[in-house]
Amino acid sequence: MDAITRRRFLVASGVAAGGLIAAGGAAYGLTDIFATAGDRDPAARTLVLVTLYGGNDGLNTLIPYADPAYTKARPALAYDAGHVLRLDDAFGLNPAMTGLHQLYQDGRLAVVRGVGYPKPDRSHFRSMDIWQTGRPDHPETTGWLGRWLDASGGDPRLAVSFEPVLPPLLAGAHSAGATVPGGEVKLPATVTTAQLTALGKVDPAEPAARQRAATCFADLTRIQDLMADVAAAGGTDADDEPAATATGGATQPLEQQLALVARCVEAGAATRVYSVSLGGFDLHADEKAAQESQLTKLDKPLAAFAGRMSRTEAGRNVVVAVYSEFGRRVTANASDGTDHGTASSMFLLGAGVKGGMYGDPPSLTDLDQGDLKYTTDFRDVYATLLGDVLGADPARILNGWTGGLTSSPLTRR
Amino acid sequence: MTDRRVVAHVLRRLTFGPTAAEVDAAARDGLPATVDRILAPAPTVTPPSFPTPDRKDRQAVQDQVSDGLAWWLGQMVIHGGSAAEKLTFFWHGHFATSVQKVRSAGLMLNQQKTFRRYGPGPTGPFVRAMLRDPALIIWLDGQKNTRKAPNENLAREVMELFTLGVGHYTEDDVKAAARVLTGWQVDRAAGTSRLDPRRHATGPVTLLGRTGPLDVDGFADLLTRHAAHVPFLAGRVWLRYGGDTPMPDSLTAAGNDVPAMLRALALDPAFPQTAGHLVKQPIEWVVGAVRQLGIDPAKGRKQLLAGLRGLGQLPLRPPSVGGWPAGEAWLTTAAAQARLRTGQALTALAPAAVQHLASSVPQERLEALAAMLAVDGWTDRTAAVLTPAAKDPRRLLAIGLATPEYTVQ
Repeated sequence: MDAITRRRFLVASGVAAGGLIAAGGAAYGLTDIFATAGDRDPAARTLVLVTLYGGNDGLNTLIPYADPAYTKARPALAYDAGHVLRLDDAFGLNPAMTGLHQLYQDGRLAVVRGVGYPKPDRSHFRSMDIWQTGRPDHPETTGWLGRWLDASGGDPRLAVSFEPVLPPLLAGAHSAGATVPGGEVKLPATVTTAQLTALGKVDPAEPAARQRAATCFADLTRIQDLMADVAAAGGTDADDEPAATATGGATQPLEQQLALVARCVEAGAATRVYSVSLGGFDLHADEKAAQESQLTKLDKPLAAFAGRMSRTEAGRNVVVAVYSEFGRRVTANASDGTDHGTASSMFLLGAGVKGGMYGDPPSLTDLDQGDLKYTTDFRDVYATLLGDVLGADPARILNGWTGGLTSSPLTRR
Repeated sequence: MTDRRVVAHVLRRLTFGPTAAEVDAAARDGLPATVDRILAPAPTVTPPSFPTPDRKDRQAVQDQVSDGLAWWLGQMVIHGGSAAEKLTFFWHGHFATSVQKVRSAGLMLNQQKTFRRYGPGPTGPFVRAMLRDPALIIWLDGQKNTRKAPNENLAREVMELFTLGVGHYTEDDVKAAARVLTGWQVDRAAGTSRLDPRRHATGPVTLLGRTGPLDVDGFADLLTRHAAHVPFLAGRVWLRYGGDTPMPDSLTAAGNDVPAMLRALALDPAFPQTAGHLVKQPIEWVVGAVRQLGIDPAKGRKQLLAGLRGLGQLPLRPPSVGGWPAGEAWLTTAAAQARLRTGQALTALAPAAVQHLASSVPQERLEALAAMLAVDGWTDRTAAVLTPAAKDPRRLLAIGLATPEYTVQ
């Protein structure tokens, strides 16, 4: 029985965390106890963060179809009122987003409009950096959820990605989230857990990078335990099995990543943050059909995931947040695409989400160098997620940021 | 630090490998002669040429890409003892063009010819050539950038990622640069690009503080003579060859010529102190092991590709125009697993290396392993794992490849 299972057992049998050592916890490291303490609170919420790489065109995702300036700016790219999936008299969703449209009607999709940051950067890399570190004003080496992980004890099981390379948002100063491509731990038969544990010991005289390389082995033993727990609890849906390997650099399809998240959530894993992603939104040319295809790859898996999550208690504690590094220019370019822009919408969904529209829509005519002016700072959304989903102190994670959404899209606990 | 350790460090950073024999030779020759030798101009390499396949025949395109990649991996193994071969990969990561959009092995290897021809010299002629490179033009929508319909993709990335870095140009500069680069068209079958005057915008532009008519070469020169160019380039070189410690001034003093920067770095007295601070990129880890273990890359093609894929770095397929990550991003639980698995697969391909370890008595095998893998030594932590494994040379070698000492150079 590993630490997490043990903790679950102890909580279920009414043994408090303080009793763990007395109850035979000597077999477990102190960090195991820190890391699992409180994590099995069955009411705790879980964040699933969906990153859309490439800069999704926000104006053709949440479409201001009733605004004449919209059609005027991009005649060949615009959707008319008859084709959008209407949300209200001013906005509709892209026709590819039937699943999210249904969620909106069910009151489980919140749309935060005009999300951005001051002095927008139109570089993919710099802007994605800003979103992932949570600092627009200063270069920063840690990710916003990595800092949350540091503050939460640093157990890599608390923040998991199913990509082969660590997304910067999960890198903390002292710890890092776990990457588990394919959701399974596959080791050569000759490698023993004892070897991993021994290799995982840090030599304080070593350079930091070597210490980190060693820590990966210690983390691996924990992930091995976590995934064994998930496998023991799940195995109900063979169709969700991921492909054997993720293709180089890119991630496996979103639906496979979300299927793994679903299995972990349903198995009661200690993980509080999952990072998943979808690439391919950088559509400088021939955008319309390509973006519809991209949005289908987003909408179908998200809607299926939301449906699956609504069926269990653990699933109803899951909140999904979707963002991209920037929106695109209001006016189309002449290759029937759009160039890099600024503010865009974020989507939040889940059983704990109060559906509807949040944030002021940016004007399509009062522009900054042809781009939308943001109305909501992305750190306000992060602060809400940190406070209302992860139960953390947002200012501590966000370098003293004290803002937040004036009306939270999340239900009170 | 002993002279042997210094030359071993320089070889680890500037070349793919090195093998025990290469370290021995370098220790004998001393640092200056070794640096001269590894930085000597490389013989001309001619990549294989491929007939233009039907672009819709995905399988034919894919087969050519696999063959082209296998050829390249073979080059890295054979010529990995020279700085030029690793530099070719550096430029691939710098101009990060992916075959996923280019869809042609021929155009990708054509681009590599340009890396090999101009990469070992000053960046002026190199950037001029790259702005005409068909694969780069396709990758960044250059052929869609026309007088009537400007597309900023190539213009922005050439300034941000290839020459100057963020903060040294304005949004107006991006628009002006896009205008200068209008009109380039690619002939896929011929593997060439040409300027179509009907699609090209003429007339003066204001770009990077200078107003007047400007052509593609003038634009390239403006970039490579810009005050921000050399510091930017030095930073990129340091990221891949130096590590996370502060960059010595000798790099920027070398000017806009990367081999000159590499020479300055290798001879800088502070360079040996960076040992143990640079995480190997997967390509360095795999190709280095193949060379040190004496593996035939043609025989191990499948295992090599599986290893690189599992570690997240398949050449010809960078994740984005920003290139691959560096440093601790490669140190994940997933990568630790992949190194353990790939270490075992590589060991199975290396009976001679296993035999070599077996020829020592078990008490001396840790030292023999360190020499084979060009590792300076093992920490007590790692020795505690390797010592019991030493009775089985296969197991010793497989786990040795996954150790922190071998992963971070």
